[in-house]
Amino acid sequence: MKVLIPSALRSYTGQAWVEAGGTVLSEVLADLDRQFPGIRFRMIDEQGAIRRHIRFFHGEQMVKTLAHPLDPEGQLLIVQALSGG
Amino acid sequence: MNSQTPADSHVALLVATRKGAWLYHADPARSSWRVDGPHFLGHIINHLVLDPRDGRTLLAAASTGHLGPTLFRSTDFGKSWAEATRPPAFGPATNGLPGRSVKQTFWLTPGPAGEPGVWYAGTSPQGLFRSEDGGMSWSPFSVINDDPQYREWMGTEQDGTPDGPKLHSIIVDPRDPAHLYIAMSGGGVHESLDGGRSFAPLVEGMEVVEGFDPNSIAFHDPHCIRLCPAKPDRLYQQNHCGIYRLDRPATRWQRIGRGMPAEVGDIGFPMVVHPRDPDSAWVFPMDGTQVWPRTSPGGRPAVYATRDGGESWQRQDHGLPAGQAWWTVKRQAMCADGEAEVGLYFGTTSGELWASRDEGRSWDCIARHLPEIYAVEAATLP
Repeated sequence: MKVLIPSALRSYTGQAWVEAGGTVLSEVLADLDRQFPGIRFRMIDEQGAIRRHIRFFHGEQMVKTLAHPLDPEGQLLIVQALSGG
Repeated sequence: MNSQTPADSHVALLVATRKGAWLYHADPARSSWRVDGPHFLGHIINHLVLDPRDGRTLLAAASTGHLGPTLFRSTDFGKSWAEATRPPAFGPATNGLPGRSVKQTFWLTPGPAGEPGVWYAGTSPQGLFRSEDGGMSWSPFSVINDDPQYREWMGTEQDGTPDGPKLHSIIVDPRDPAHLYIAMSGGGVHESLDGGRSFAPLVEGMEVVEGFDPNSIAFHDPHCIRLCPAKPDRLYQQNHCGIYRLDRPATRWQRIGRGMPAEVGDIGFPMVVHPRDPDSAWVFPMDGTQVWPRTSPGGRPAVYATRDGGESWQRQDHGLPAGQAWWTVKRQAMCADGEAEVGLYFGTTSGELWASRDEGRSWDCIARHLPEIYAVEAATLP
C-alpha cells in the first residue's frame, strides 16, 4: 500500500510517499523497516507501544494498535502530532 | 602560550542543545572561535562527545519531539553522520517489573584506552547501556536495568527531574576497565569492580533532603561526579545536597562545600576537575532555596574554584554580568580543556556560551542566541 511519511522521517525514505506491504499495521511497519532500517524504532518503542506523538490513519480512521487490519488497496498516513515549542 | 596540545591541533567545543548541535573551533590563542553548525537542527541533542582514543569519532545522543531516541556517529568531525543500527533500548518486561522504553540517551562515556570501540550510555528512564562497536549497536546492562532492587532505587518518572530521571556520570577508572562508577539523578552513586556484572551503592556521607532517611538509596540525588585524571582515586561530586570529595579506598564522601559563602550555598549541577591538578576543581552554584529556582544566586552568576581540594573556595566572576542574570547551567554544560593554562567553558539554558582562558579568573561570552544548552564538551581536534 501507499504510505505517507511525515517530514520528520523523510531522512530515512527520501520521499513523502513509499510502498510497503502487509495486512496489519505491524507488518507494514516491518516492511518499512526492512526497506529503511531504523525507521520503525522512531515510531514504535521497544515494548511495542506507538510513541506518544506518532499517529497512524487508514481509511479516515485512527489506527491505535499494531494488530489493526489494513486494506492493501488503501493508504496509510503517518502523522507527527506535537504542539508547543 | 605553552599549549598541551600538539602544534597542529586545536580546542573545539561540542555544544549540545534542545534544538541541535554546534561545534566551536578555537584559534591557537583560544581568543576567537569559528562556528560549525547547526547540526541536526530541531533535534534534541543531549550529549555530543569526541572519542579521545582516535580523536575523530563523534557520538551524538539525539531525539526529536515526535520520534523515538537514536544516536548518530561521525568519523569526520561532523561532515557526515550515520545513525546507530541498534540504539539503546530496554529489554522486555522481566522479574515481574513493568517494561520500559528509553525516552532519551542522556550521557555518553567513551570506554578505556585498551578497549577501542567500547562506549557506555546512560538514559532516561534510568538505564545503563554498552556498545562494543563504536556506538553503532547497544546492549542493556540487565544487572542495573532489570534488577528489582535497583528499579526500586531508581523510582519512577515521577521521582525525577522535570525532564525525567537520568543515569549519568558514567566513569571508567583509567587504570582498570572493570572498575566503573555510575550515578542516578534519583538513586545514588554506585560502583562496580567486575566490569558491570555487579554494582554496589557508594553513598556513605552523602546528605539527603531534610526529613528523609540517608540510609535509603532512593533519596540520594547526585548531580555530577568527576574523577581526577591525575589522581584516579579522587572523585568530586556536585549533589542536590552539597559538594563532596571522596578519596578512595575510603568509602565516605566528605562534604567540602561547607566552605562556600552562606549566601551562595553549595548547590549546583556541574562539577569540573583540573586535568592535571587533583586539588583544583570548579562549580557553578545555583539557588537551591525555597522552591529551588536553580538560577544563579541573587541573579549574579559566578564560578567558584578550589585550589586545595575543597578546603576553601574563591569566587570567579570577572567578565560575567554583575546582576540581573538568572542563569541555569546544567550538569553536562560546564567543562575544562587540557591546555597548559586550563580553559573553562559553560553554556546556559538561555543559550549563551562563555569561556575563560585563564582557569576562571576572567570570562568572555563567545556565543549567544543559541537554543537551551544541555551539554558542553571540550575536545582536542587535529
